[in-house]
This record gives sequence, C-alpha cells and structure tokens, in this order.
Amino acid sequence: MDSHSSSKSLENLEQVVIRFAGDSGDGMQLVGTLFTSATAVMGNDLATLPDYPSEIRAPAGTTSGVSGYQIQLSSGDIYTPGDEVDVLVAMNPAALKVNLPDLNPNACIIVNADSFTPQNLQLAGFASNPLEDDSLASYKLIPVPVASLCRLAVAPAGLKPKDADRCRNIYALGVVCWLMDRELEPIQAWIQKKFASKPAVMQANELALRAGYDYGETSEILQTQYRVAKAKLPAGRYRKVGGNEAIALGLIAAAMKAQRTLFYGSYPITPASTILHELAKYKNCDVRTFQAEDEIAAMVSTIGAAYGGAFAATGTSGPGLSLKTEAMGLAVILELPCVIVNVMRGGPSTGLPTKTEQSDLLQAMFGRHGECPLPVIAPVSPADCFAISVEAFQIATRFMTPVIVLTDSYLANGSEPWKIVNAEDLPEFPMWIPDDPQTFQPYERNADLARPWAAPGMPGLAHRIGGLEKQEKTGRVSYDAMNHERMSHIRAEKIENVASMLPDQTVFGNEDADVLVLSWGSGFGPVRTAVERAQARGLNVSHASLRYLNPFPANLGGLLNKAKKVMVAENNLGQLGMLLRARYLMDVVPLCSMQGKPLNASDVLAGIEDTLARG
Amino acid sequence: MTTMQSSTEAAELTNGNGNGHSCASCEVTRKATDYASDAEVRWCPGCGDYSILNTVKRALASTNIDPDKIAFISGIGCSSRFPYYMGTYGVHGIHGRALPLATGLKLSRPDIQVWVATGDGDCMSIGGNHLIHALRRNIDLKILMFNNRIYGLTKGQASPTSQLGQITPSTPYGVYERPFGPMQLALGCEPSFIARTLDINPKHMLSVLERAGAHTGAAFVEVYQNCVIFNDSAYDYITGKDVREDMILELEHGKPMIFGKERNKGIRLNGLNPEVVTLGENGITEADLLVHDEQATNPMIAYMLSRMHAPEFPEPIGVFRAVRMQTADEAMFEQMAAVRAKKGQPTLQQILDGNETWVIE
Repeated sequence: MDSHSSSKSLENLEQVVIRFAGDSGDGMQLVGTLFTSATAVMGNDLATLPDYPSEIRAPAGTTSGVSGYQIQLSSGDIYTPGDEVDVLVAMNPAALKVNLPDLNPNACIIVNADSFTPQNLQLAGFASNPLEDDSLASYKLIPVPVASLCRLAVAPAGLKPKDADRCRNIYALGVVCWLMDRELEPIQAWIQKKFASKPAVMQANELALRAGYDYGETSEILQTQYRVAKAKLPAGRYRKVGGNEAIALGLIAAAMKAQRTLFYGSYPITPASTILHELAKYKNCDVRTFQAEDEIAAMVSTIGAAYGGAFAATGTSGPGLSLKTEAMGLAVILELPCVIVNVMRGGPSTGLPTKTEQSDLLQAMFGRHGECPLPVIAPVSPADCFAISVEAFQIATRFMTPVIVLTDSYLANGSEPWKIVNAEDLPEFPMWIPDDPQTFQPYERNADLARPWAAPGMPGLAHRIGGLEKQEKTGRVSYDAMNHERMSHIRAEKIENVASMLPDQTVFGNEDADVLVLSWGSGFGPVRTAVERAQARGLNVSHASLRYLNPFPANLGGLLNKAKKVMVAENNLGQLGMLLRARYLMDVVPLCSMQGKPLNASDVLAGIEDTLARG
Repeated sequence: MTTMQSSTEAAELTNGNGNGHSCASCEVTRKATDYASDAEVRWCPGCGDYSILNTVKRALASTNIDPDKIAFISGIGCSSRFPYYMGTYGVHGIHGRALPLATGLKLSRPDIQVWVATGDGDCMSIGGNHLIHALRRNIDLKILMFNNRIYGLTKGQASPTSQLGQITPSTPYGVYERPFGPMQLALGCEPSFIARTLDINPKHMLSVLERAGAHTGAAFVEVYQNCVIFNDSAYDYITGKDVREDMILELEHGKPMIFGKERNKGIRLNGLNPEVVTLGENGITEADLLVHDEQATNPMIAYMLSRMHAPEFPEPIGVFRAVRMQTADEAMFEQMAAVRAKKGQPTLQQILDGNETWVIE
C-alpha cells in the first residue's frame, strides 16, 4: 500500500484482537460495527463481541457505564472474538480501567488523552494519572488528544461544539483504520447514507474519519502499521451477519421457501428484541410481526397463528421463557408447529440482562408442568443461527411440535462472515396437510407419530382442539386413564423420533482421545480454539460440538464411551453434564464458567491440561 | 385419503375480511343446527350458557356464513367449553389467554371470522391485560364475555365481578373488594363495539349477537348469565318478572331512553349525571330525555350508562356503542401493502444477500 509514509514500518499479523471502549453514550457499538464492515469486505475472517451495560446511559465517566466492542480479525479460520486484547481504544479513564485486565501484556493502547482530567481520573478510581505514572510501561501507549483534534478537524462543518464532539468516536475509528490498514470507503458510504439529510453532520463525520486516519499516517507516536492478510475461507459469496440477524433471516427463509406466512409474536426483552426489529423491516415480504402486550400473549398469539397455518415463531430471553412455559405446554398438547427462540442471558430473574450465559438449558428441557417434551436445538456461531432457524421449522412442521432454539447474548450480538446460502439449496418442508373430510382425524399419526395440520378454512375439516387430554386419533376430549398414558407415550416417542432426521454427531480429533471436550451451542468457538491449541501441542484431545440437545444425536452415547475422559465446558453450573449423566449413566468432568462472558479458550485449555494431569 | 404434501401444494391461504356473508354465491341455506358439533354439551342443567350457545348458532345461521370459515377460541372456565360445542374450527386454550390466541389467528388468517368465548374470571381477572389490549388494537374479534359473577368451574369462588358482601367459599365473611364493571373497564379502551345482553332474553341476545357478528373490529358483548349452581338468581334483582320492566333499560339507537311498566319513566341528563324522571310529572316530556346515540364519537354518555346500577337506576342492555374504526388487522395489511409499493418485494435470494457482499475466490 502506498499510503503509509516511508518512515513507518509495516508488520504482518495473522490475527489481531481490537476492542473499542468508552462511555455507553460514546458510540462504541457503532464504531465497532463500522470497523467490522470495513474488515469484512477486506476478506478477513472475523468474530465480534459487543459488551455493554444494562443502563442506557450510566453516569458518564464511571466504570459502570463502560461499553465495549471487540473484534478479532484474522487471515486464518477463527472461532471466537479472542481472549486477550491486542489493541485497546479507550475513550476515557474508566474505559481503560475496566479493560486493563483483559489486555495482552504487549498490547497497544490508544487513549483519548484529553479525557484524562483529574475529575475523570477520580470517577474511574485512578489514584494517579496512568498516562504519566509509568503503570502502563509494558504496553505500547499511544495518547491521542482525540477531543481537541476532532474539534479542529470538523470546524469547517460549522457544527455547535456539542455536536462536533459527537464525531470523536469516528475520529478514533479513523486512527484505528490507519493502524490496521483498512480502507475507508465502506465507512464513508455509511456516513453518506446515514446523514444524507444532514449535510453538515455528514461533512463533520467525513472530516473526522479522514483526520483520524491522517493523524495515524503523520503522527510521530504511531510508528507501526499492521496488516492482516485476506483469510483463506472457502470460495464463495460472503456477507457479514450477526446472530439475531441470522435468526431473523432463517425464519424468513423457511417461511418463504415453504410459501407460508411468517408470523412473529414477541415482547421486547434484551437481548432478543433485535430479532423483532429485524423482522419488522420485512413487511413487504409477508412477514407479520406482532408486538404483544406481554410474553404470554406473544407465545399464545404464536400458537394462534400456527393454528391458522402460518410459520409461527416467538423470541424471548430467560424471564420471558419462564412466562411462556404454560403456553408452551399448550403448544405441546395441541401439537402445533412453532419455534421459540430463547436468547439466553445471565439469570436468575433480571440477573445480568446484557451479559451472556447458557443457563436456561434445563428450563428448556423440563421447565413445564406435566410430561411435556419438545425438541431443543442450539446454534454454535452467529452465522449458524441462520441454519438453526431453518432446521427449527423443519423439525416443527414435520413433527408438529414447538421447538426451542437456545441461542445466547454472545451469539446474538456477535457477528462473523457468512457464506451466503443459495435460496434454491434450502431444504423443502414436507408437511402433512389433510384434504379428505371423510377420513380426516385431527390426531391420526404418520410414521413419525406426527399428526396432520388442518387450518381453519379448509372445507369439511372443521375440528376443535384444546388443552384437555385428547382421545387418540379423534382428538375428542378424553379423561380415560389408559388413553392418557398412551397419549403421553406418543408425545414422548414423537420427540425421540426427531433423532431419526438428525445427522450423526461428529468429533474433531480422535474418537478414542484422552479427553473428549463437549460443548453445546455457543461453546463451540472457545472450545474449538482450545482443542486446536491442545492438539498443536501434541495432546490427544478431541472436541464434540453439540447442536441438538433434545433429542441427542443417536450416536452420542457410543462416542462418549470411546473417549477415556469426557469434559463438558459450559456457561452455567453443569446443566449439560447433568443431562449426560442421567442419560448415559457415566461421569463427566465439568468445566463451568458464568462470569457474564463466553467461555475463554485459555481457561478451557487450562482445564484440559488439568484433566490430563489428573490422569 | 390424507396425504403427504409439499408446502407448495398446501392449501392456499387467502386474505380478506371474514365478516361478510361469505356464501353469497352459495346456494346452501344454513340452519342453527348446521353450526353445532356432535359433542355432548356438558354444562349443568339450567345453566345460562345453553341459551347463549343456541342463540350464537341462530345468529350465525342468520348470516349463512360457512362454518369452515369460523373459529371459536376460548380460555378456561365453564364458558370456555364453548368451542367444543360448535361445528366450526376452534381452540380451547389456557386460562385467560383466549384473546391473544384469537389475535394471532386473526392476524395470520384475516379471512376467518374469529369469536372468543370467555368469562368474568377468564377475561376480567387472569386475562384482564389481554382484554384492554385487544380493545385498544380494535382487532376484528367477536368477544362474548359470560358474566355470572362467580368462578363456576373451580366451584364457586368470588370473581372480580362478584358483588360486595357476597358469600363464597373463598370469601366466607363476604367479598370486601370492589367489583369491576366490565362495561366501564372496556369503555376505557374506547372499543368500537360494546353491548350488553341477558341469557334469559334470547330475542334481545339474538339482535345483539347479529350486530356483533356483522361488526368489523373488536366487538365486546357482556352477557349477564346465571350460574344455577354457585350464584343462582344473581340477576333476579333486575330480571325478576315483577321488576324487570322497571330495572332494565333497553337501549335503541336514535330513541329516547324510556323504561318502566307504564313506559313512563326516562333518563334525563342533569349536569354530568343521569337522573330518572317520570314523563308527565313537572312538565317533563320525551323531549327532555336522553336520546341514545350508539355512534357518538365521545364515549362519555356510554360510560355514564355503564355506571347505572339498580336499584337507583335501570341497568341498560343493548348496543352502547358501535362505531367504525380501522382495525389492527386492516392497518397491518394496509401497512404491508404500502411498504410493498414503496420497496417492492425482494426475492428470498435478495433478502439473503443483504446490502454488502464480497467474493472469496
């Protein structure tokens, strides 16, 4: 690249982890997203992790208000946003304070030096100014007077000082774009589109971005520019996709492929709301979103839409899942197809509403009264959220059952490149649609033990269904004891039958490994990273990443028996471990973490080594 | 024979309002019995629900609507067994949640006429939140609330419409909480259709249900219904043979509010309050009386009527309010069409592609 001045060096890196951090009103999520776009189009593999407080605007300058956005970009295949931060952008002392523990010992720290005032230092709890007291000596510290330089840079746009200051994040982004050798075009395009109706704001942001970039190029304190080569991803057309966005796309794709209306009934809750936001945009594609009055209404309206013949789904997070449980029982006994997306967050109760956790597994499995089984599946990455949504509707409509998708805050807010699926390659949705009034029985069974799906309006098929136990085949209300036992078995067996359509569980590494590490859902990235590192050290360690939690893949029990030890890594206190012990009568080594963050590959690796050492 | 079909062969789900005489071109003339299922009706002998069931079927027969184009949705309670007894589509759901289930059905299938059978426990207590939102949205549902002022199916506990002092198993020393006035509560949501009728007056009920059936939008109908087992004679104070003419005011659009055995009593507005006056006394004539206007934009008079209770006042029955407002389902389809007109209809591939793609060779 010709743009960097000859006095500066260029260093090639395989991967780098960058974190933008500032007050929750500083626009850190935005610059993170923009940087991600710029990175994606340059062909790197990437993974992102936003981290924000639950308060919309916590007191400015305090550590409780720090919002962060982390991205790992790589020329190779990566599975996580990274454990240690290589480049930190800290817009104030509090952002520096909060993120110091996560830094790589040689990390580069870009700080907004103007913000290190005595008042802000005190708010952040610094006894002395870390920019002056040598406490950061081991890092590459790059103090940039972002606030004052930004004001100067945007002056030609003629904004009021307060509005001019709002470009600081874009200025900082410009500096990082130089540092990481990013092209500015995608960001400039975004600015032009976003501020099309506000020419002065557009001009100011463009000036800030360019000035930040030029600062990197000309300033003496920035000596090295980094370059991460294009990743060797499989050939094809790619886009960037976030987890919740992919859920929405998957739901739309399933309904459009099946030529059905998509109904999505939901009540706002973090971190699931963005699925509703995304789907609500597609009013032109027969996507009918319904913002219900509460979580229960969201679930029940979904059941009503399913009865009407729509591809019906709802989305929520832990507390909402609790509220939906009675209605989920109704969906189970009605045997209507629908998808319940649960975006897990720290619990119980309001818990850690903006932080990730995998602690709703047992609730998804058992959190209903009565014998009330339903399929539970979990995506392993943000892009996999697309495939899982399509699969959820495949299971739901084939087996006539509600299906729970367990994703989490980490996947929901994370993003990565996605090799775009060809719409024609999407699977068909075989459904049992009855048409003969003479033979129709609402609770007749096919080989899967599924029942037919007859929606209102179909001539001669008018029938009544309800929460009361039903007579086998006819669906009439039945209080007969033997019938109830039979129906309970049928409902259970039907869910077990789902295993017949699931692919075999695969193992990464040797099946007879010394340690087989099991992850489920979002645990995939950190565990795969750790297992790859272990294998690179010559350790006989393997990995099985579970996507299907109920039923388990048919071959899982056999695989678990082949490994010498089975370790289960999960973001809870051992819920999958409990299921495996109960199901396969075997012990597993738990590796649990629930610190509001995804599993950490280094911790998993340490756990593997510890398990091996114990013999 | 039932068959496995691919989705593309699935029944065509068409849009369109489900309220009309859907069988204009159809030669069949339907009778009330054509709307009955073959399920054995299991309400207690003498229950007011029988009268409601029969009248609903007659109201449907009067429109000749195809039973396959109707769905009855309910929650839990005696009233909520209703769908099983109708020869239409139907779902007997969970306690209090009939309205959101019906809403989801209506939004996905606007071509289906959706009725809701609910009670004072189901609708005023556990499902109260859903009622106010269904009425706020003006979703096109016919909502029949059977008000027997008691929990019947759970054996007689006080409900939110039980009267002060009422002795029940859960209130052995009498109800000490103020009851809801369902009409008052509903009117606070400015519903587009709201009416009250009586289980013992099938003729009146038929006229009200025909109106509710023909209405486009949320139609809320409170039915004073007698529970013969746990709250028998609850409405005798207004429906008893010797009091009914004096204690019931039958509302008729455009007519002065006159009642009484002699048809010589009326309702007059005194400031912001109603008062009972006698025609011919103190020079009062019909011209002094309130004239019922169910189409009034301002629901104030309707609200005032909903607060009239015996014995100070006659209790009004009939259509309190009937106005045409855009329904939630109409508004949703209007918006969908507008967005389609503006943005076009992308293919699935275009949706999957999104705005920014790149190619890896």
